[in-house]
Amino acid sequence: MKRKMSLRTIMKREWPLHVMLLPAIILLLIFAYLPMVGIIIAFQDFVPSGGLKGFFTSQWVGLENFKYIFALKDFGQVMVNTLVIAVLKIIAGIIVPLILALLLNEVNNRHFKKATQTLIYIPYFLSWVVLGGILVDILSPTGGIVNSFLGLLGHEPVFFLGSPETIRGTLVASDVWKGCGYNMVIFLAALTGIDQSQYEAARVDGAGYVKQMLYITLPGILPQIVLVTVLGLGNILNAGFDQVFNLYSPIVYEKADIIDTFVYRVGMLNLQYSVSTAIGLFKSLISFVLIATSFKLAKKYANYQIF
Amino acid sequence: MKIKSSPSRKVFEVINYIFLSLVICVSLFPLIHIFALSLSSNSAAQAGWVTVYPVDFTLDSYKYILTKPEFFRSFGVSVLRVALGTVISVGLTILSAYAMSQPDERFHARKYYVWMFLITMVFSGGLIPLFIVVKSVGIYNSIWALILPSAVQTFNIILMLNFFRGLPYALTESALIDGANHFQIMAKIVVPISKPSLATVGLFTMVNHWNSWFDGMIYLSDTSKYPLQTYLRNVIQSVDMSSLDLTTASAMDQISQKTVTAAQIFVAIIPILLVYPLLQKYFITGMTLGSVKE
Repeated sequence: MKRKMSLRTIMKREWPLHVMLLPAIILLLIFAYLPMVGIIIAFQDFVPSGGLKGFFTSQWVGLENFKYIFALKDFGQVMVNTLVIAVLKIIAGIIVPLILALLLNEVNNRHFKKATQTLIYIPYFLSWVVLGGILVDILSPTGGIVNSFLGLLGHEPVFFLGSPETIRGTLVASDVWKGCGYNMVIFLAALTGIDQSQYEAARVDGAGYVKQMLYITLPGILPQIVLVTVLGLGNILNAGFDQVFNLYSPIVYEKADIIDTFVYRVGMLNLQYSVSTAIGLFKSLISFVLIATSFKLAKKYANYQIF
Repeated sequence: MKIKSSPSRKVFEVINYIFLSLVICVSLFPLIHIFALSLSSNSAAQAGWVTVYPVDFTLDSYKYILTKPEFFRSFGVSVLRVALGTVISVGLTILSAYAMSQPDERFHARKYYVWMFLITMVFSGGLIPLFIVVKSVGIYNSIWALILPSAVQTFNIILMLNFFRGLPYALTESALIDGANHFQIMAKIVVPISKPSLATVGLFTMVNHWNSWFDGMIYLSDTSKYPLQTYLRNVIQSVDMSSLDLTTASAMDQISQKTVTAAQIFVAIIPILLVYPLLQKYFITGMTLGSVKE
């Protein structure tokens, strides 16, 4: 049955498939691979007016740009901010949806269950521009509804988005607000997948709700928890550009400026193209190692395979 | 099946219902508040009287944004980018996924193509190199800058690829033997039976396009070409800045646009709310779509 086909026969049969892929491949070459080539400007002194040709004609400076970054006093702070914000988001982004999923799983009324799921992840589908606009309004120290409420309780107005002490908490909380529906649905799906006969057996043996929770429910969804955590680790240098960019301001840079927003300002505002690309490359290298490790861990502990 | 509940269980259930209802209220409050704000009078909005229902009900802010040409223009740009972007992106997804879903013996170069796509999922040039490319290939400051760089959605392609592979092999094999070519098989057999999955992918592409704002900000120099979200960001940021410094008169002036901003934000939410029933129906499908594997 198996014969070696000549290249001509193969081409004759398979050319439509090559044609189908042609448009996507052209776009990938231009908008994915060409920029990858452009990473070399991290080792050059690229002049913004240089254009595409500049990729090949700019002067090589070796690791100068990297030395420059590590000497920047802001850079260390930016790394710290990124890690702190990302880690807090990962932790809160697991605990809150997990608790909600566990509580929702105890609800017997199917309509209430469905309605809660439906309503809770509406913010997930809105952009950070929109959510940022809403947050700026409700958290405003002058006339914002949250501060009006705090005022009723006799509390001084808090400038949630404008003071370094509160900005990280605000970022984490609003991230949970937007994203918790998503993880909640994942956890809830895992919860409904637990074999119900286990609960019945436990009840017969006299186990109460707390014991059932500890010995059946939590172990039952542990793989999902591990999975979400591990995949989150791969994202640890992505503290959420869209969100931070729409919520931060110069007053809170010291606590809220993250790598991606820093890359943006250095590159697009200061026009230091090479330096910006070098920071991006540095981040990508670390991210790559983290992602590779997290996929390995995911496979080992949650038996999850991406590809 | 139900066992009798103990009194403590009953207390728990009541508290649970109350707590979850509170959570829903908290998570929806900001959206309802912004809607109420958009329907309130300026003075009530500034005094902070508006909570979850309009105070001094008025349609003034909506009337005002109806007279703003830049709002309309950006709305139009967004509609156009959603339409063009979705058609192109889904088209590319179907073509690429179909070709790469072929078994190796039908498509000898398959492996190499798959790698070309996978590599782009892990590596990227980053902000500035992509920006230089977009500027150099002649699409800078045009709607194509919002569409072409993100037109190939590798993640969607892999989702559909896995879905196509889950279809019965005999379905396409018999057509091939009967002499049909791949374009015919794709258009007449594979696409029609994959409509629900394609709708899922299309819907999420639409939402992504509607919500994108950053590409508009960096790839368009002309603010008159801004899509709604990018335009909205400018509006919000100008108010944001003024709330940091209340001393200048012009800042006070902008603050009084609070209700107008709220109205514009709400209009940007409406399309999402309209497709939301579909979104949430497909949400789970989307999450499980990729898991169909051989």
